[in-house]
Amino acid sequence: MFAVKQGQIALALVCVVLGVMVAVQFRTTQDIRSTVPFQRVEDLSQRLSQTEKERDALQQQVKELSQSSHSEATSKEQELVKMGAGVVALQGQGILVSIDDSKRASKPGENPNLYLIHDDDILKVINELWAAGAEAMSINEQRLIASSEIRCAGPTLSVNNTRYSPPYEIRAIGDPQTLENSLRMRGGVVETLQFWGIQVTIRKQDMVTVPAYKGTFRFEYATPVKGSGK
Amino acid sequence: MLLPVIGILIGLLIGMYFPFSIPVEHAKLLSVALLAALDSVFGGLRATMEEKFDNTIFVTGFFTNALLAAGLAYIGDRLGIDLYYVALLAFGLRIFQNLAIIRRYFLKK
Repeated sequence: MFAVKQGQIALALVCVVLGVMVAVQFRTTQDIRSTVPFQRVEDLSQRLSQTEKERDALQQQVKELSQSSHSEATSKEQELVKMGAGVVALQGQGILVSIDDSKRASKPGENPNLYLIHDDDILKVINELWAAGAEAMSINEQRLIASSEIRCAGPTLSVNNTRYSPPYEIRAIGDPQTLENSLRMRGGVVETLQFWGIQVTIRKQDMVTVPAYKGTFRFEYATPVKGSGK
Repeated sequence: MLLPVIGILIGLLIGMYFPFSIPVEHAKLLSVALLAALDSVFGGLRATMEEKFDNTIFVTGFFTNALLAAGLAYIGDRLGIDLYYVALLAFGLRIFQNLAIIRRYFLKK
C-alpha cells in the first residue's frame, strides 16, 4: 500500500511538471497564432500610410507644376495636346454604353465563359467607337489614353491598372447618332454580344463628361528624338 | 488517482501565471518533450495498475524520455532530418498502447 502511495506522490509531482509544460506550450502556440498576423497587419498598415503620404505629396507636386505651367503659357496648342493626352476632363455630346454579364443561365455542357464579358468584347466596342469618330472615351471613370490597357484580370477587367467588375459603363464623346449606329450595325458588335444574352444598353446624351487620366506618365526607355518636332 | 489530477491542475496554474515562455523556433521541441512526458505518465499509471510501479524507473524515465525526445528533434532539425516525426510516432503509439492496457485493466476490475 505504501509503495502505491509513494508512486502516487511521484506521479503527482511529475504531473505538476507535465501541467507546466502543457500550459507553456499552450501559451506559446497561442502567441504564435496571435502575434504573426498582428505583426503583418501592423507592417502593412504602416506601409499603406507611408505610400498614402507619398501619393499626397506627389499629387500636390502635380498640382503645383500644372498651375505654374498654366500661368506660363496657356496657348491653344498646349490645350489641344492636353486634350489628346487625356489629362483634362472633357465634356460634350456623346453616348453612354452600359454592358453587363448575361442573365441567361448557361446550358449544361456549354462553356459558361460565352455568357461573360471579356476584354475582347470591350475592345471591340471601344475600337468601333474610335472608328466612328469618338473624341474621348472612358470606362468606369478611367480615361482611355494611348497607353491604356484593357484586359481580363481574373473575373474582373483591368483598365489603367485599376480593376472593375461588371457592369461596365463606357462614355464616349462624339456625334451621338454616328456612335450609336456604329455599334448597332447589322452583324455588328452589339448584335454579336446580344446573341449570348450580354446586356448592352446605349443612351444618347447631350452632355457626357469624360474624366481626366489620373495616373502619371513615366518613360523609362523612351526619350524624345531631337530635331524631329513639328 | 486524485493526487495526479491535483498535480496537473497545480502545474497548469503555475504554467499559466509563470512569466516564462519559450521562443517560437523551440516550440516544436517542447511539443515533442510534452508528448514524451505524457507517454511516461500513462506508462506510470499503467504500472500502478499492474502493481509493479517503481519510483526510480518512473521519475528517471519521465525526464530521460522528455529530454531525449527534445534532443532528437533538435538534432533532426539541425541535420535536416525530420526526427521530430519519429518521436511523434513512437510516443503516440506508446500512449495508445498504454491507454489500451489501462482500459482493459479497468474493464477487468
